[in-house]
Amino acid sequence: MAKENFPLIFERNKEGRTSFNLPPLDVPEVDLEAELGDEYVRKTDAALPEVSELELMRHYIGLSNRNFGILSGFYPLGSCTMKYNPVINEDIARLPGFSHIHPYQDPKTVQGALELMYDLQVHLEEITGMHEITLQPAAGSQGEWTALMMIKAFHEANGDHHRNEVIVPDSAHGTNPASAAVAGFKVVEVKSNEKGLVDVEDLKKVVNENTAALMLTNPNTLGLFETEILEMSEIVHNAGGKMYYDGANLNAIMGYTRPGDMGFDAVHLNLHKTFTGPHGGGGPGSGPIGVSEELAPFLPKPVVRENNGEYDLDYDLPQSIGMVKGYYGNFGINVRAYMYIRTMGPEGLKKVSEYAVLNANYIMRSLEGEYELPFTQHCKHEFVLSGNKQKKNGVKTLNIAKRLLDLGIHPPTVYFPLIVEEAIMVEPTETESKETLDGFIDAMLQIAEEAKTNPEIVQEAPQTTAVKRLDEATASRKPILRYVSEENN
Amino acid sequence: MEFRYLPMTETDKKEMLDKIGVSSTEELFSDIPQEVRLDRELNLKKPTSEYELKKELTEMASKNANLTEYRSFLGAGVYDHFIPSVVDHVISRQEFYTAYTPYQPEITQGELQAMFEFQTMISELTAMPVVNSSLYDGGTAVVEAVNLSVGQTKRKKVLVSAALHPEYRQLVETAANGQKLEIVEIDYKDGVTDLEQLEKELDENTAAVLVQYPNFFGQIEPLAKINELIKQQKKTMFVVSSNPLSLGYLTPPGEFGADIVVGDTQVFGIPAQFGGPHCGYFATTQKLMRKVPGRLVGQTVDQDGKRGFVLTLQTREQHIRREKATSNITSNQALNALASSVAMSALGKNGVKEMAKLNMQKARYTKQKLAEANLSAKFDGPFFNEFVVKLSKPVSVVNDELFEKGFIGGFDLGKVYPELENHMLIATTEIRSKEEIDAFVKEMRDING
Repeated sequence: MAKENFPLIFERNKEGRTSFNLPPLDVPEVDLEAELGDEYVRKTDAALPEVSELELMRHYIGLSNRNFGILSGFYPLGSCTMKYNPVINEDIARLPGFSHIHPYQDPKTVQGALELMYDLQVHLEEITGMHEITLQPAAGSQGEWTALMMIKAFHEANGDHHRNEVIVPDSAHGTNPASAAVAGFKVVEVKSNEKGLVDVEDLKKVVNENTAALMLTNPNTLGLFETEILEMSEIVHNAGGKMYYDGANLNAIMGYTRPGDMGFDAVHLNLHKTFTGPHGGGGPGSGPIGVSEELAPFLPKPVVRENNGEYDLDYDLPQSIGMVKGYYGNFGINVRAYMYIRTMGPEGLKKVSEYAVLNANYIMRSLEGEYELPFTQHCKHEFVLSGNKQKKNGVKTLNIAKRLLDLGIHPPTVYFPLIVEEAIMVEPTETESKETLDGFIDAMLQIAEEAKTNPEIVQEAPQTTAVKRLDEATASRKPILRYVSEENN
Repeated sequence: MEFRYLPMTETDKKEMLDKIGVSSTEELFSDIPQEVRLDRELNLKKPTSEYELKKELTEMASKNANLTEYRSFLGAGVYDHFIPSVVDHVISRQEFYTAYTPYQPEITQGELQAMFEFQTMISELTAMPVVNSSLYDGGTAVVEAVNLSVGQTKRKKVLVSAALHPEYRQLVETAANGQKLEIVEIDYKDGVTDLEQLEKELDENTAAVLVQYPNFFGQIEPLAKINELIKQQKKTMFVVSSNPLSLGYLTPPGEFGADIVVGDTQVFGIPAQFGGPHCGYFATTQKLMRKVPGRLVGQTVDQDGKRGFVLTLQTREQHIRREKATSNITSNQALNALASSVAMSALGKNGVKEMAKLNMQKARYTKQKLAEANLSAKFDGPFFNEFVVKLSKPVSVVNDELFEKGFIGGFDLGKVYPELENHMLIATTEIRSKEEIDAFVKEMRDING
């Protein structure tokens, strides 16, 4: 690996170069400065880089070579469902009829787009068992917030203004409590029991007349199915609260069970996870929500309606919580998800969950001897190990993750969920072959062995990557958040 | 039915079940209680082959009138700009589009560096020192700006210009309900925020003032005067939503004392795609750096002293702070920020200025020609690439006729501003040729004649 820094695009800058041809100025020129006045014409140019097209392409391809995607290798990042992103979906989303349409065109001129949205909603309603779907939220966290705002509106419409508490398990993803807080709720935590499931006795204690909702992932963040889900629904519903389903882990249960059948009143989905988004390096995603009939009047505006084969956008929703995102959600991602669902169909989606679960259990049982497995029942699509055994030899979970980098594998999610020490959260997904899983198992077993016999090699990893371990403390203490040229420094 | 995304064979399955010690996959699902089990197949359309599905969706797409076939004068927050081919070639690299958030910096330096460069470019355009690595879109970025202002000032009143994008205002309204905020709308006068009303409403309880530059009508808000008013109230945040392309030519909000500048980079390399995904940006001052929502990329060094980049200041974020986080945002809009970075790099320093000017020149030509056709602009002040025209008929009627002639007409302002019934908001970008503009003006004259 070269010792030199990979240049920033600004360091490739040379005055006078460009990689853009603008259309010509073919209209009579007017004096803009005279019209705007001196005060509104910028004095210093924005110093965007000046590079030729070849240099530009070389720069970004160079950057792509310093990145790791699903086609680079195995990517078992727990809770993120890093499955194969079909390339046909990319082609379809780029058809001009989908990519070059304006959200304010007359609905009559975008019937194909509205039809796709409507049919996607219909498919997601069936998959989740919910009454109605909105595609508006941009991602999971916005879906959570949207659904919580609807639950709030529902309670207020019933005069229950005092319901200001949202219950969240201690194993929950951080977005759950954060979304509840942003929606104006107080967060109450419910404990997990020794099986890694919600402690139903504790739930009974924390549920009361102020309960607005319980937020739950099922299977939960440990990859375990909440077997007492119906009791939990009953406890929350009897207290007048609503059940909220975090769909991050839907990949485990498609065709086997549905949130709607478990008693959930609101559901968010992560189309970039379960339905091959793709993830885009951290977005754009898409986070539709599904709700029960009771909550449907509060859906955000607008709603896509169908009438005799014609599609329209309905803004006339008196009880709606309003708009939650500009226009109609991340349509481009929804096109990809629709392609995926149509490719797989009902039997395909059920096989997806079957194999996702089989793959996870296979790895789990292959590693449980060398790694501590805090919860021993069958897992669903993911499982959580602890690096406690290795820690005794001075090898932390972080070291194990970094060692995997040297072995060409993207590490699992680490240090989450918070209730497991030295957590290693593995989600293989159904699109990976047995050979790939075996390769991962071998790598993990090798690292476990190295932790005993040659811990330095694990502690000092990675050695083969573009950069070695980075100084995050200094980055945070003295933040450098943009490039400043030498001359200006 | 074979599934090309599923590699499992019967042999694999058997070996794996043996290892697990169960006889069927069904046993792995035995913990799902019978009462909640789905005892039938999902009622969905049957699996469809690649060929059939491609055909079907291509037909579905062709039912949409798209901007490559129609000549569009529609903007209102989403613009039809030229996208150079380099953009799609870069964002089609699987290393970028299939990856997730760069949690492992050693193998994601490409993404991290690209985000760092994005932050720098937006910092240059806005003249703000701190920029995050993107948010969902311009509208949600405005909401985040409100949240930050309210948290920072501990005040509940927010003044919102009526010339801020109507959807952005609706998003603020929705979010305000969660936090019991008082939203006061400041009317517009002569196409820009009414300064008298702003001064009257601005008080010691005001958390933030929100304006758009150029505003929804395309007019250039007098940011200098607005800033003077705001600075009379200590602590009140000056929030500006700004089209970053316009900042290639206009004095950036950072030079007018803005505390937070937000907007959408859709104008740089991102197709309209029916309203999303686009890409929000969030820029602010050094002082508010530790309150910024979303992900930030910072520069550092590795063990050998080599430069590298990491996600930084993560103690702001939900996965650490949980309910005390500055925002619930998890993902950003990384791939679209990358698309915008590539487009901005392609433009470069001169290109972005030239492109902004070209938009302004073409819009002025359209305005002039429409005025000659007795369709005069409603407002006289300086503007960017959009302006308002009063028609002799309802906008929907005019747009229907324009559509017949191959045009997508402007935005019907009467839908959101009742007092602007029969008023059309017309955008002209750099891709509209003189010939197209002349043809559009001719149709407008004939229709409104």
